[in-house]
Amino acid sequence: MQDQIFELQYAMDTFYFLICGALVMWMAAGFAMLEAGLVRTKNTTEILTKNVALFAIACTMYLVCGYNFMYDGGLFLSGVTTVAGMDDAAIQAVLDASIESGFGDMGEYAGASDFFFQVVFVATAMSIVSGAVAERMKLWAFLLFAVVMTGFIYPIEGGWTWGGKSVFGLYELSYSDYAGSGIVHLAGAAAALAGVLLLGPRKGKYQESGAVKAIPGANLPLATLGTFILWMGWFGFNGGSTLKLGGIGVANEVANVFLNTNAAAAGGLIAAMITARLLFGKTDLTMCLNGALAGLVAITAEPADPTPLLSTFIGAIGGAIVVFSIVTLDKLRIDDPVGAISVHGTVGVFGIFAVLLSDSDATFMGQLIGMLTIFGWVFGTSLIAWIAIKAVMGIRVSAEEEEEGLDIIDCGMEAYPEFVNQ
Amino acid sequence: MKLITTIIKPFKLDDVREALSEVGIQGATVTEVKGFGRQKGHTEMYRGAEYSVDFLPKIKIEVAVKDDLLESAIEAITGAAKTGHIGDGKIFVSDLLQSIRIRTGESGDDAL
Repeated sequence: MQDQIFELQYAMDTFYFLICGALVMWMAAGFAMLEAGLVRTKNTTEILTKNVALFAIACTMYLVCGYNFMYDGGLFLSGVTTVAGMDDAAIQAVLDASIESGFGDMGEYAGASDFFFQVVFVATAMSIVSGAVAERMKLWAFLLFAVVMTGFIYPIEGGWTWGGKSVFGLYELSYSDYAGSGIVHLAGAAAALAGVLLLGPRKGKYQESGAVKAIPGANLPLATLGTFILWMGWFGFNGGSTLKLGGIGVANEVANVFLNTNAAAAGGLIAAMITARLLFGKTDLTMCLNGALAGLVAITAEPADPTPLLSTFIGAIGGAIVVFSIVTLDKLRIDDPVGAISVHGTVGVFGIFAVLLSDSDATFMGQLIGMLTIFGWVFGTSLIAWIAIKAVMGIRVSAEEEEEGLDIIDCGMEAYPEFVNQ
Repeated sequence: MKLITTIIKPFKLDDVREALSEVGIQGATVTEVKGFGRQKGHTEMYRGAEYSVDFLPKIKIEVAVKDDLLESAIEAITGAAKTGHIGDGKIFVSDLLQSIRIRTGESGDDAL
């Protein structure tokens, strides 16, 4: 009887990882739609190509070596039990391990589900970069960077944090980050920032006079759809980070994580909407969208412990911050077409410290050192990678190519081709 | 034969089309255009950056008419397209040298 309960627990916790992983995978569609909606028509095919390709690259590189760097899963996932590997002896071994640790602990679950859940996080971190460098980066320069980021840069810092490894043997982190405001979001933003600084702004974006030229996105319905998709996928992102479902305490935690995640998104959107209205005199939809995402990023480091009201406030602070960050980056002439660096970077930092509002085990120094380690590592190695790619093949298209649009240059096809071609 | 090119406010398209039908004109070509005259543009805001939209959307209608229908066509267009506010548009009339119906090969007034 006890064996059957353990089997059920194994199945439930495995299933939970898989479903949450699938929800986070769905976020890739969200990013693709959001970015496609905020760039111009002539660059739409290219950004969609970047999004589908980076997802595939992330899945592959993490399989090849990333998972090994982060969790010692074995190169090419040699450490993960295959279908053939789960024979009767293996099943008995799992039962024995369950009996030994009892019901209280982490419990047993399929290694493949653990990989599946982890790999989609890598893709999320990488996709943050694609929006920031949009409309002027060479497609293959970006894809080359994706290989480095997903195979090496992200896994290494993931290993120091969630993997529990020491930082080059020098020190250990005592850093709390439930689902990755820092590990995933700040990391993605750091890589994006390094790229954007080297890349430069889109032509004509910043004028001599200091004025900022608006370059409106081509498809706001897609951008809105993308945001809602990301919002829904985030339930898997934060919810799955509980890492377990089978148990009363843990199931209650999962339910609170879902609730708080949703509350933070709502708070973020409302705050951003009001802030934009006050600052600009108009209710800017794109700021509302960025606000919801900012709320989600803000709560991601600690979505379990806060009360629903506190979660709403944390999200709201994130939403207000993101509006100011977007405007400030433009003042600094750092061109970010979709606001990725602001949503994931500026608010990612806030999310890291927001943990202190509800988690008494976290410390300010622990969070600070963790944040600086992640940012320093990712920004530094990304910069080196971008510089190397620039030296080898260049990262920016020419002025004429930028004018004509990346769809024709990189992809040889327009996103909306029917004017001439019936 | 004359070629009438008229620029009107987009929401007036249906009214103008009906008015032209009533005076016996059965064909027209319609294009979406942008333009400006003495009606100034307006400013919009995108993520904190102001930008001015100087080119306003308009509709261009091109109609080829027999000489005897010219006056009534102009009257029809003016009557239907006018709002009395700035930006109502313009009518241009030019001489049409030739006109041919592709399906039958008819030319001149027979083609209109």
